Amino acid sequence: MMVEMRDLRKLFGATPALDGLSLSVRKGEFLALLGPSGSGKTTLLRVLAGLDFVSFGSIEIGGRPIQDVPARERRIGLVFQHYALFRHMTVARNVAFGLEVRPRRDRPPAAVIRERVAELLEMMEIGGLGDRYPDQISGGQRQRVALARALAVEPTLLLLDEPFGALDAKVRRNLRVWLRALHDRMGLTSIFVTHDQAEALEMADRIAVLRAGRIEQVDTPDGVYRHPANDFVREFMN
Amino acid sequence: MSLTTETRPVPAWMPRRVTPRAATRRWDLTALRHGLAIGLALSAMAILLVLPLVLIFTEALSKGLGAALDALAEPEAWSAIRLTLTVAAIAVPVNAICGTAAAWCIGRFQFPGRILLTTLIELPFSVSPVISGLVWVLLFGANGYFGAWLDQHDVRIVFALPGLVLATMFVTFPFVARSLISLMREQGAAEEEAAITLGANGWQIFFRVTFPNIFWAMLYGVLLCNARAMGEFGAVAVVSGHIRGQTLTMPLYVEALFNDYEWVGAFAVAALLSLLALLTLALRMLLEWRIERDRSSGA
Repeated sequence: MMVEMRDLRKLFGATPALDGLSLSVRKGEFLALLGPSGSGKTTLLRVLAGLDFVSFGSIEIGGRPIQDVPARERRIGLVFQHYALFRHMTVARNVAFGLEVRPRRDRPPAAVIRERVAELLEMMEIGGLGDRYPDQISGGQRQRVALARALAVEPTLLLLDEPFGALDAKVRRNLRVWLRALHDRMGLTSIFVTHDQAEALEMADRIAVLRAGRIEQVDTPDGVYRHPANDFVREFMN
Repeated sequence: MSLTTETRPVPAWMPRRVTPRAATRRWDLTALRHGLAIGLALSAMAILLVLPLVLIFTEALSKGLGAALDALAEPEAWSAIRLTLTVAAIAVPVNAICGTAAAWCIGRFQFPGRILLTTLIELPFSVSPVISGLVWVLLFGANGYFGAWLDQHDVRIVFALPGLVLATMFVTFPFVARSLISLMREQGAAEEEAAITLGANGWQIFFRVTFPNIFWAMLYGVLLCNARAMGEFGAVAVVSGHIRGQTLTMPLYVEALFNDYEWVGAFAVAALLSLLALLTLALRMLLEWRIERDRSSGA
């Protein structure tokens, strides 16, 4: 097991955001967290990334408990819903950020960083955009930059928060296929949040259906679609 | 401004359904109203803003440029200029740092008492400057709470530089914080969170992500803060003690000269302060343009 979450609980005021949630993710898996808004998907991602904390429960990544590991040392790539690109940096500087902030002894030489950035941009098929600023490129391109930036630090786990939410339908389709292929090619382990069943069915190895901070069902797309565990899942999948 | 709109002909684009006569009259009325409003605003501006400015310079130069420059070269004038610059050089950076820190707390975090803190930051704007000076006298003056202790240890705060700095800092505290809070709230913490997940530490996040995003707005706050710090009269008047050549800042020196009927001197120093104001105005316009550009291009 790559990621092991056990009995996670978290309250936002009086309402539970996570209500005894347990879930494991296998190495190399592409797992979709599917659920209506407010079901705790994004909270779960933020907890995994270390930006939010649970009041109860445990998380292990690669067999190591991570609750006490600060976010900056977790090496978990997070692609934000609205990308959160650094607006005053060029695309290349955005992608290089994770490498440039490393302490001197771990930091690759500038030439190596430049090469790595070029490689990543090429891989994201945005090789020519290195000198542009985030406000000078399209939404789909920003999405790719955010992805390149997260992948630059070679994360053990990639988290994607509604990665296609802000894009129009056509760009969305292309990016889905492309992202899934990229995941396979790079051997990543990814968790992605969505509220779009079609997206989850098309892309994921397994789907975890969430409601009110709990997991209703975890199964392959086929399993969730054909054998929904309860009425909620059945209704949500249709 | 010409307001002779009565004789203006009907413009070609006016709809022809109404009789030309009625159309003319209606057109005249709106034009007249607009003209009146604009004329009123412009005259008010001329009387209230431009006229005093012109007067300051004409009075300063009434005995010739030489006399004005001589007045500025007086040792007491120099001392006032130096003191004003010193006070600003201490108060402005301190407020820039504290204001940024306060804006960061308020703009980026949710905590109980946040709204109270926001209001508190604005307190110096709603308190009379005299009070802003008086509190320091009450605390550190000869009969103040810490007066006796300070006297024993031979520390002078009131009627000396530290008092002037304190009063100035108090009065000018809101400028930087205020210019940053709404911007920081608008920007949100997403970029900073992204930086954390990419492995950046606190300093790196501040200097590489937060600071570049607020730089121009902070500069704007610093500019306003500086203008007020150099021009402040009320609060520093209370703590100054009015010792010529020692504790008179430029605005206080202007008043001292004015009371002594030294017109040229008073207006020469006032002209210098006005130049500072004009410079501030120009820089302000430049910064506003820059900030607007940044804001509209937020990605």
